[in-house]
Amino acid sequence: MATVEIKNVRKSYGPVEAIKGIDIAVQDGEFLVLLGPSGCGKSTLLRMVAGLESITGGQVVIGGRVVNDLDPKDRDIAMVFQNYALYPHMSVFDNMAYGLKIRGVPKPEIETRVAKAAEILELGRFLTRRPSQLSGGQRQRVAMGRAIVREPAAFLFDEPLSNLDAKLRTQMRIEIKRLQDRLGITSLYVTHDQVEAMTLADRILVMNHGVAEQIGTPLEVYQRPASLFVAGFIGSPPMNVLDGVIDASGQGVVMPGGALLPLPRPRPDDANRPVKLGIRPEHLTISDGLAASPILVELVEALGADTVVYGRLPDGESLLIRMAGLPSCTEGDQLSVAPQPGALHLFDAAHGRRLAD
Amino acid sequence: MSNPTTGPHTTGPHTAGRRLIDLLPHIVLIVGVLIFAFPIYVTLIGSTWDAATIGRGNLPMIPGGEALNNYGHAWSESHTERAMYTPVRIMMMNSVIMALSIAVGKIAISILSAYAVAFFRFPLRMVFFWMIFITLMLPVEVRIIPTYKVVADLGMIDTYAGLSIPLIASATATLLFRQFFLTIPDELVEAAKIDGAGPVRFFFDILLPLSKTNIAALFVILFIYGWNQYLWPLLVTNSADMETIVIGITKMIGTGEAANDWNLIMATTVLAMLPPVAVVIFMQRWFIKGLVDSEK
Repeated sequence: MATVEIKNVRKSYGPVEAIKGIDIAVQDGEFLVLLGPSGCGKSTLLRMVAGLESITGGQVVIGGRVVNDLDPKDRDIAMVFQNYALYPHMSVFDNMAYGLKIRGVPKPEIETRVAKAAEILELGRFLTRRPSQLSGGQRQRVAMGRAIVREPAAFLFDEPLSNLDAKLRTQMRIEIKRLQDRLGITSLYVTHDQVEAMTLADRILVMNHGVAEQIGTPLEVYQRPASLFVAGFIGSPPMNVLDGVIDASGQGVVMPGGALLPLPRPRPDDANRPVKLGIRPEHLTISDGLAASPILVELVEALGADTVVYGRLPDGESLLIRMAGLPSCTEGDQLSVAPQPGALHLFDAAHGRRLAD
Repeated sequence: MSNPTTGPHTTGPHTAGRRLIDLLPHIVLIVGVLIFAFPIYVTLIGSTWDAATIGRGNLPMIPGGEALNNYGHAWSESHTERAMYTPVRIMMMNSVIMALSIAVGKIAISILSAYAVAFFRFPLRMVFFWMIFITLMLPVEVRIIPTYKVVADLGMIDTYAGLSIPLIASATATLLFRQFFLTIPDELVEAAKIDGAGPVRFFFDILLPLSKTNIAALFVILFIYGWNQYLWPLLVTNSADMETIVIGITKMIGTGEAANDWNLIMATTVLAMLPPVAVVIFMQRWFIKGLVDSEK
């Protein structure tokens, strides 16, 4: 068990800079999720921690040791891959034992450690089987077993659930969470799935174009997204983003349709400033009044527990509304909706950063 | 009944036509097999008659009674009343040693060079790869005189090393292994790295077991390639003790000054066919086992 510190780490491929300086200290026993769209550099960052990619600049420190120039095997980490990467010709037992064998761990200890891991992962019955005789979920458990038996300083997960079907993914997600709670090993977990990130993480590092957009707990990232990118990436259905202008008094925001939305606190300094306005679909309700905007209902998705309404504002902007329960409107209806008080997110219109609350 | 060729239960006026369509491939195959198998059958039958019967020119199509005598003679005797021969047991051993050395040597060298080319980044990597590739274009016959000179100067005439080493380098096998190695997922290599396997361990613990089926298939091909070598053994062997069986058979067929011992030639030929057949049968089992067991 150990801390993992990433200090101003950079990665360049020739003139192309893939990681533009990331700083984060992962606490002992913490579960950090690296979240971002494909190509954002999250896997590259993880692979630099693992030692599978060279580090162009900065330092990676695991358990107080700078590991930049160490081989993966000397970094005291274990990694779980997306396609499991099990050795096809070895039994489940041998797959888990291989790393220990190479390190010269005595046989009886290998057996106890593998047996223990197999028990935790409920793989006891499969120890003599080959990976090809297992289902996807079982294979991924073997891959995790291979990591557990090593008792490493840190676990690295590279999209471990992406190859599984939706149901199995949910199940394995819970298993990983339980496992990490039980073992308390520092974990770095790469995913592009925000549900995985929200449910597993102690903290989330949201990445985009090789830059850390935001580092925070899942709720921080959801409730106070640091940029338009994070706002759009976290939450499903995604946050509505509209153009608005802070009114002359600094008391509210004027929407394109003329609706006036009151601000949580007055912003006299920002009077007449154009902003991007973020409203989560679940924070819109049907109501009248000054803050309300008329919308035309274009599509209604009834999901059972809640309903997603695709509406269009008079100026042509689309607006998503998520309502609890069964639909109360149909396509073609005219509704009047307003955001709940205090549920507005304000972003700078030019660079998309969140305005100070 | 719009399409009489579909469905096994089709009945009616088209049945006869259908049956012919079913039979046709079998007829073609049976005729093919007969054409290929007949010479071998003649050889087998010939090896069971005495030289005089074959010499008269009308060989019976049923086995005779001289089999034990012929095979025993061919196996261990070094002469008949007509000529001197190298006994099959010596030639067989020479051929087996040569073919095994060539097959094992080719596989060992090519799997190692393919490993280097496929998994390591070193200066001039592609230059070496292309150099290997270019040697594909040079058959043994093209470089046979310089090769002979080198082997002769090294004193390897009439040795097993001289028989096998010049034939060991193989661009084809290197290419085949390289292509196979390129299909091994990067993540498997990385998992092994994280598990702590260095290049040598990775090769022996993971790459070699995964290559089992490829090795088995290549072994069959290369053993037969080595077994059938003619020109090179003819050049580098002078003494009868080093003769290979393929050369032995051609030497047994005389120049016309004396009648040939066809019974012994036939028996030697049958014996010469056995090791390659055994290798095919034995390796086929392993080959299929490998196909069933391993999965990527």
